[in-house]
Amino acid sequence: MAISIRTEGEAAGLASPSSRGATGASWDQPILLRLVSIALFAGIWEVAGRIPVSFAFPTFSDTMVAFFGLLADGSLANAYLSTLQPLVLGVVLSAFLGVGLGTICGLWRTGEWLLIPVFIVLQAAPVAAFIPMVTFVYGIGMTAKTLAVIILALPVIVLNTYKAVRNVNQSLLVMCRSFLGTPWQTVAKIILPDASPVIFAGLRLGVAAGFVGVVLAELLITPTGIGDLITFHRSRADYAEMYATIASIIALSTLTLVFLQWVEVRVFRPESRGA
Amino acid sequence: MRAAALRNGPSPVPTPIDSIVEVRGISKTYGNVEALRGIDLDFPRGKLTSLLGPSGCGKTTLLKIIAGLIRADGGTVAINGKTVSAPGPERAFVFQDFALMPWATVLRNVAFGLELRGTSRAEREEIARRYIAEVGLAGFEDKYPHELSGGMRQRVGLARALSVDADVLLLDEPFSAVDEQNRRKFQEDLIRLRTNQNKTFIFVTHSIEEAVYISDRIVLLSPRPGRVSQIIEPEIDRSGDPEHIHRDKHYLDTVEEIWQGLKQYVE
Repeated sequence: MAISIRTEGEAAGLASPSSRGATGASWDQPILLRLVSIALFAGIWEVAGRIPVSFAFPTFSDTMVAFFGLLADGSLANAYLSTLQPLVLGVVLSAFLGVGLGTICGLWRTGEWLLIPVFIVLQAAPVAAFIPMVTFVYGIGMTAKTLAVIILALPVIVLNTYKAVRNVNQSLLVMCRSFLGTPWQTVAKIILPDASPVIFAGLRLGVAAGFVGVVLAELLITPTGIGDLITFHRSRADYAEMYATIASIIALSTLTLVFLQWVEVRVFRPESRGA
Repeated sequence: MRAAALRNGPSPVPTPIDSIVEVRGISKTYGNVEALRGIDLDFPRGKLTSLLGPSGCGKTTLLKIIAGLIRADGGTVAINGKTVSAPGPERAFVFQDFALMPWATVLRNVAFGLELRGTSRAEREEIARRYIAEVGLAGFEDKYPHELSGGMRQRVGLARALSVDADVLLLDEPFSAVDEQNRRKFQEDLIRLRTNQNKTFIFVTHSIEEAVYISDRIVLLSPRPGRVSQIIEPEIDRSGDPEHIHRDKHYLDTVEEIWQGLKQYVE
């Protein structure tokens, strides 16, 4: 039971406090199940490609061949070199700014009233509609792409951090005060660790949104990087290459989220590691 | 019985008591509910005093005012003759809900008070290990709170309060979330700890048996508004087998006497 919960939770990229039941001995089993899950997906893809579902839908094997082709001729590496700059910059800025602003809003009433409504509106808005506006103001360079990432990633990070800080365990705050903790110690040693599961859930959503932002920007603003590679192969009807590019960015996004979860459990919540 | 009580006392003659905590005219109102009215109390040094009363008598409020966690509307609290209004290093609190950090090991939780004071890691962990052993948790240093039973979690809370070396330990119904068997064992340990540690304990409870079993002095509070209704000093010899106390005639009589006094407040 514990094993299946763990696999499900991690595949969905969710925090899995229930995973503590899994023991070290059963570690190889989730990995096996995950591989089976991926193999099953690849198998269905292959069959669907062979029927074929559409002439523009390549098989899994063709896509893999195309992927290694793109790796070999360096076009994938070049595309990522250009995509990763605004992506990493935007995500890192959003993470620090978002957690910082969210914490301030969670602790300070005036800040809450000033900032939170703005982020609630931003989160509710179909933000992709802002992207042409961003282009209009900031042109088609790195600034516009980074801004697209931040616009998509920042609101969810701020709002999650704010909610987590607001709902911090009151009894731990009283404990910290009774043992003479200073306000800074309270934030660093009680509030942030206590809020970290929800903050990290926000970071995962924010990072995923950042990937959306950078691809949108490259499709709509500047034909560079991964967006350009997708558009280029579509225009030449190289569907295997197009799918390979799309699959690569999905894989990268997934790996980033898994890494983020690993950091969370390692650094902030060691008790949820599962003995 | 008289002789037995005196043998545990600080001096052979009942001289004017040496109070470590002095509560003068404390009152507290929540909205239009008067929780405490004009509380005057002295807590003798090195003794275990229980605050006992039915729910709503303000005993936890009074304890938290002494701890500096709640501000009183009127009156003063003095520790070692010095008026206080905020938490201080001479007092340590044991929480009803344990208040342990779930992300920290037993060792870090116990050392947390010292961590906040800036004690070096090696020194605070050495002190914490000593108190972990003292409360009977040796071997559990690297466990997380969720891996412990309720009774063990409260031992962590007690070790954390002991490790900051405060003069006064304030315990807010520490056993209310602990099961009956563990509570008995814990009470016995507390009697032993109190003789070893030479600290002053102020203990909030709603259990008459518990109060009589462990206390040198019981302050009975009456509800609405919370006031001191009676102070009892059960003269029970605790030097022998702790199991013996439960069958002691004086113990049983005191429990009965307090129950008769409190009965009127229970519907």
